Amino acid sequence: MQHIISLLMENESGALSRVAGLFSARGYNIESLTVAPTEDETLSRMTIVTSGSNEIIEQINKQLNKLIDVVKLVDITANGDHIERELMLIKVKADTNEKREEIKRQADIFHGQILDVTDTTYVIELIGEGSKLDAFIKAMDAADILETVRSGATGITRGETCLRL
Amino acid sequence: MELSGDDIVTQFLKDEGVEYVFGYPGGAVLHIYDALFRQDAVKHILVRHEQGATHAADGYARSTGKPGVVLVTSGPGATNAVTGIATAYMDSIPLVVLTGQVTSQFIGSDAFQEVDSVGITRPCVKHNFLVKDVKDLASTLKKAFYVATTGRPGPVVVDIPKDITDPNIKIPYEYPKSMELRSYNPVLEVIPTQIEKAVDALLSAKRPIIYSGGGSVLGNASEELRTFTRQLGYPITQTLMGLGAYPEPDPLNVGMLGMHGTYEANMAMHECDVLLAVGARFDDRVTGDVKQFCPNATIIHIDIDPASISKNVQVDIPLVGEVKHVLKELSKTVTATKRKPDEKALNSWWDKIKDWASKDCLRYDRNSALIKPQFVVEKLYEVTGGDAFVTSDVGQHQMFAAQFYKFNEPRRWINSGGLGTMGFGLPAAIGTQLGNPEQTVACVTGEASIQMCLQELSTALQYSTPIKVVNLNNRYMGMVRQWQEFFYESRYSQSYINALPDFMKLAEAYGHVGMRIDKPEDVEGALKEAFAMKDRLVFMDFITDQKENVYPMIAAGKGHHEMHERELA
Ligand SMILES: Cc1ncc(C[n+]2csc(CCOP(=O)(O)OP(=O)(O)O)c2C)c(N)n1
Ligand SMILES: [Mg+2]
Repeated sequence: MQHIISLLMENESGALSRVAGLFSARGYNIESLTVAPTEDETLSRMTIVTSGSNEIIEQINKQLNKLIDVVKLVDITANGDHIERELMLIKVKADTNEKREEIKRQADIFHGQILDVTDTTYVIELIGEGSKLDAFIKAMDAADILETVRSGATGITRGETCLRL
Repeated sequence: MELSGDDIVTQFLKDEGVEYVFGYPGGAVLHIYDALFRQDAVKHILVRHEQGATHAADGYARSTGKPGVVLVTSGPGATNAVTGIATAYMDSIPLVVLTGQVTSQFIGSDAFQEVDSVGITRPCVKHNFLVKDVKDLASTLKKAFYVATTGRPGPVVVDIPKDITDPNIKIPYEYPKSMELRSYNPVLEVIPTQIEKAVDALLSAKRPIIYSGGGSVLGNASEELRTFTRQLGYPITQTLMGLGAYPEPDPLNVGMLGMHGTYEANMAMHECDVLLAVGARFDDRVTGDVKQFCPNATIIHIDIDPASISKNVQVDIPLVGEVKHVLKELSKTVTATKRKPDEKALNSWWDKIKDWASKDCLRYDRNSALIKPQFVVEKLYEVTGGDAFVTSDVGQHQMFAAQFYKFNEPRRWINSGGLGTMGFGLPAAIGTQLGNPEQTVACVTGEASIQMCLQELSTALQYSTPIKVVNLNNRYMGMVRQWQEFFYESRYSQSYINALPDFMKLAEAYGHVGMRIDKPEDVEGALKEAFAMKDRLVFMDFITDQKENVYPMIAAGKGHHEMHERELA
């Protein structure tokens, strides 16, 4: 099953490579990994999307916790409700009126925004769960997709439970 | 006090109570070496190769329980140290390794003798640091010692760019007495309800066994292990890393387990109904095929490292905490319950174990005209009164030493169990001897292993460490040859070393005493003569049976009940 692990780590150089190195050294899956500073400048927050059996996920949690730079972590998919979001920018061929209309229509359905328009292309911004972004890609004609870039998932728990110090 | 970075290093080490630094100089650490020259509180041991420095510091740490300290230069100094760092990492040994680094402004420019030491060592350290400001030097060193020695111990590297130790830049220095790392809180109190569950399982057992590992040694839990085991009267088996935490000559001890463990220990593991693992990590050399491991047992596991729990084998009752503390709690709770072990079941369990033991699985041909390696270790045990520190290398000789030297105390048996590093034995013996100057130190080695860090014979002379080297010279990489005999139809591909040196002359060339022994009847006399030379390193080259094998043996990936045994005529 897919899990989203959120963690707070010391904002030290090399902290990212410790996490990445752990995943490669132990052969764990890593589907996406995002990291950015937080409101507390000494901390970064990382979101890792991974998958594996329950035993492997348990090991991943423990091994991450064992890293000296990791201050706190939570598997937001494990305990209760959470919100997951990913950002995608997708550049598509839009070189006929027909296509332009169809793409615009699809973007509206998916609550996407067209950020850039040229005579032949659109850049569309889409935000949602990974599966929604996948669905949008499917809805496009594969031959028209020029480029896609996805941020990787981030997430947060619902309600009062928080990942903070 | 105002100090420059180089003096901060030496002053800090002194304040931290460091006795020895094992090292080798070079450009990036020359400021620190100059600072060492200016003081005499911290003694520097000049090795002959940086691998030797790490192994010597490691032997010092294993035998004394104090952290080992290493100082090497950047680039090749650091890369040479990596094998020793990885060795310490695999066996959870506390080391603090200071590596010089090129001047900060040159980092990343492929400067002379630059390597990314933090990057190279990352997968084989508990943690590592790059010092970016001299103001952080003392606190970083403190953190390094703290991380290395607390929780599950391990090596920590501190990479120090040359400008950080610039003698011309002075800053205020104060020894940081304590420190806190918000992301690292290693001391865990075991959960009381878990203790109760464990005690209930243990007292309900019909076929219990205690399986104790390196954690009992590292956690200084020998006393508690003895008390608890005797309180229950349960059989105990120890891993290669755990030997001596429980005295081996004791009647409750059923010997080492695992690939070359005793028949009785492995069979008892296979048939037990309750397993208490104490500071052990279910290594594949211990478990064999995990699918067939202790198939009927409720597994209780004491470990300080939560990540060790259910890593290789699913655990029923985890007890996370310091081994010493957890064992004390177990003991207390057993006493308080007033419940007793099931005596009837226990008696018939012991009968079964004694039956297995009667196979005498470690037997070997005692009438051979050739020197049997087992015989040498038995005599070594007798001649040293079972009281020596014994380091070893990797191979058959290591297994013979583990099987035939009966350790009474923890920290006496010093070997590279996790990484299996040939070359470990001699430098580790030097560190052990320096840490235990009044004690007897023997290094049981093989003619292939000893050549991997042979240069340290020179270090041993410089610091007058009167080690006794017991070279079990079978003219083969015996362990490799054994696997080739068993699994490759005796095709001895590259396991025979042609053109061996004359070890006796070699020892003499290094300024030591050399001996060659090639007859069984001379073994005891030679050992007595050697150990009588209290202030000399004696290198005993025992010419042993070339084709002797280590038995019993569980082939890799097999179950505990599928042992190969020796067939004797
Ligand atoms: C650095 C290193 N290289 C290779 C090995 C693989 N290896 C394990 S045992 C062994 C042979 C050891 O031979 P020797 O030291 O003569 O000991 P013996 O088995 O003959 O007692 C080898 C090559 C190792 N453990 N370490
Ligand atoms: Mg050999």
